[in-house]
Amino acid sequence: MEKPTTIESIIAAHRDLPGALLPVLHEIQHLRGYIPPDSVPLIAKALNLSRAEVHGVISYYAHFRQTPPAGHVVRVCCAEACQAVGGEALAEHARTRLAGSDVTLEPVYCLGLCACGPSVQVDETTLHAQVTPEKFDALIAALEAAA
Amino acid sequence: MTPTIYVPRDAAALALGADAVAAAIADEAARRGIAIKLVRNGTRGMVWLEPLVEVATPQGRIAYGPVSAADVPGLFAAGFVTGGSHALCHGPTNEIPWLARQQRLACRRIGIVDPRSLADYVALGGGVGLRRARTMAPADIVRAVTESGLRGRGGAAFPAGIKWQTVLATPAAQKYIVCNADEGDSGTFSDRMLMEGDPYQLLEGMAIAGLAVGSTQGYIYVRSEYPHAVAALNAALATAEDYLGDFRIEVRVGAGSYVCGEETAMLESIEGKRGIVRAKPPLPAVAGLFGQPTVINNLITFASVPDVLAQGAAAYRDLGCGRSRGTLPFQLAGNIKYGGLVEVPFGLTLRELLYDFGGGSRSGRPLRAVQVGGPLGAYLPASQFDTVLDYEAFAAIGAGLGHGGIVAFDDTVDLAKQARYAMKFCAIESCGKCTPCRIGSTRGVEVIDRIRAANNGQRADQIELLQDLCDTMIHGSLCAMGSMTPIPVMSALRHFPEDFK
Repeated sequence: MEKPTTIESIIAAHRDLPGALLPVLHEIQHLRGYIPPDSVPLIAKALNLSRAEVHGVISYYAHFRQTPPAGHVVRVCCAEACQAVGGEALAEHARTRLAGSDVTLEPVYCLGLCACGPSVQVDETTLHAQVTPEKFDALIAALEAAA
Repeated sequence: MTPTIYVPRDAAALALGADAVAAAIADEAARRGIAIKLVRNGTRGMVWLEPLVEVATPQGRIAYGPVSAADVPGLFAAGFVTGGSHALCHGPTNEIPWLARQQRLACRRIGIVDPRSLADYVALGGGVGLRRARTMAPADIVRAVTESGLRGRGGAAFPAGIKWQTVLATPAAQKYIVCNADEGDSGTFSDRMLMEGDPYQLLEGMAIAGLAVGSTQGYIYVRSEYPHAVAALNAALATAEDYLGDFRIEVRVGAGSYVCGEETAMLESIEGKRGIVRAKPPLPAVAGLFGQPTVINNLITFASVPDVLAQGAAAYRDLGCGRSRGTLPFQLAGNIKYGGLVEVPFGLTLRELLYDFGGGSRSGRPLRAVQVGGPLGAYLPASQFDTVLDYEAFAAIGAGLGHGGIVAFDDTVDLAKQARYAMKFCAIESCGKCTPCRIGSTRGVEVIDRIRAANNGQRADQIELLQDLCDTMIHGSLCAMGSMTPIPVMSALRHFPEDFK
């Protein structure tokens, strides 16, 4: 099956799916990197919801973005298992290292890599474990070099 | 015969460089003109050995790890393709004591099977439970699950058979089977490992549940932090249509909300709404997803069911201790030397897991505190490490096993800071429906800050205030998020009062 390539076609492909809103939002964000505000009325009309309901869902879930992210998205795990092996120091180091850069830094609460922390996720698909400040600097340098 | 080499595709292995290792092996084999079959399996659960490369030999699979891409030419030179000896060689994988001492049921095929191959799953004994269930009356399937003593593995430990019986006995045109794979607890990864390493086992367990209660539609709710697990499930589902018969399963992806692991918030989320907790009753077994009777179980619960059907309820019930029957996949995490997945029957002590399996701390410093059961679980001091891993034994000390996640901390931990984090996490993740959780968590952060800043004269008043606040949260919250956040807070205060000075 061809993946839909426009917001309208994503909405059309899901309108009969029970509980379609989250799958629709995921696909739109996958396509565009965020949920454009002008898609809200289209989604609301197709799924027979109010615009407030759609907005409420988008703003409730940390995963959904209402504005495009700047550059790469780097997420540092801040949950307990990573805290136990220096996760907070790593997060602090990341804040300092990325201050003023166009990389988006976010906390994440557990990537399920709890036996090999501290862990970092880049752009939702690339994972790094046992990340030291030095290793963090190296992976950021690699991101910047590729840009 | 073409030699088979296994390089895990599990997220933990990927995070430790498994893709680069797989690419290096393929390149080096091509350079040397050696034909190999490369299988991307799940993890054997020995995360400290990842990336763990295995080679199939007539003597069984031989393990090499942890392997980096730079090690690969040396491994070829040492003849690892035929199991040759090398500094990274650990001998036959199945004889590594850490693995040999486990008793794996739900996780029996993880790391062994090719997770993208239904034929491999069936060849390794998969599907027996589902075939048996198809010959049984629904009530008999439910009875087998009840008699096995299987309790919900998500944390609440409610008997699975009783829940299934309620759904079976509630008439409806459409019933649903929902798998809770919103594994948000820090320190837990067994759901993720099973989805990535043996997804058909989960599909089989859900299909059996469908037969048991008369449902043809299942949903798996997976957190968005697990994109590799989502991909593995969808790949398995794409090949499983015939295998599942009339039963249909759809994967639904969460969106970064911890409270959606609470079963009613999860239902709201699947329905396309904000993940706000529902008041109970009605129980989801009576009026759940889209208002219909719904079996909701944790992923490991469903993955345990095929064994119950295949081996019989008695074989499952014979494992374990007290009222905790069968096995639990524990997860050793945090500051631990040999971390990973340990599936054993209930009945070991926490100390045995931490030291006999875990090898103590990764840092080499003494273990000072262990949080069992995720962000809502108690912090236990060394004096409680001899507690038996059993639901009732943990309840008796004011703790819980939860989903089996064990996070170890060495003596550099500050338990007042951990208590503050517990309240802060609740404030971030509260769904906001009930006041004790929504407001109490923020007040909790403030009170702990005041305790840490106070002089001796003021501290006692603030501690009393914290206890009072926790009491309100415990008794006034709608769900476990608010009512259990006080558990890590109060256990930290009780066992480590010196950290609050």
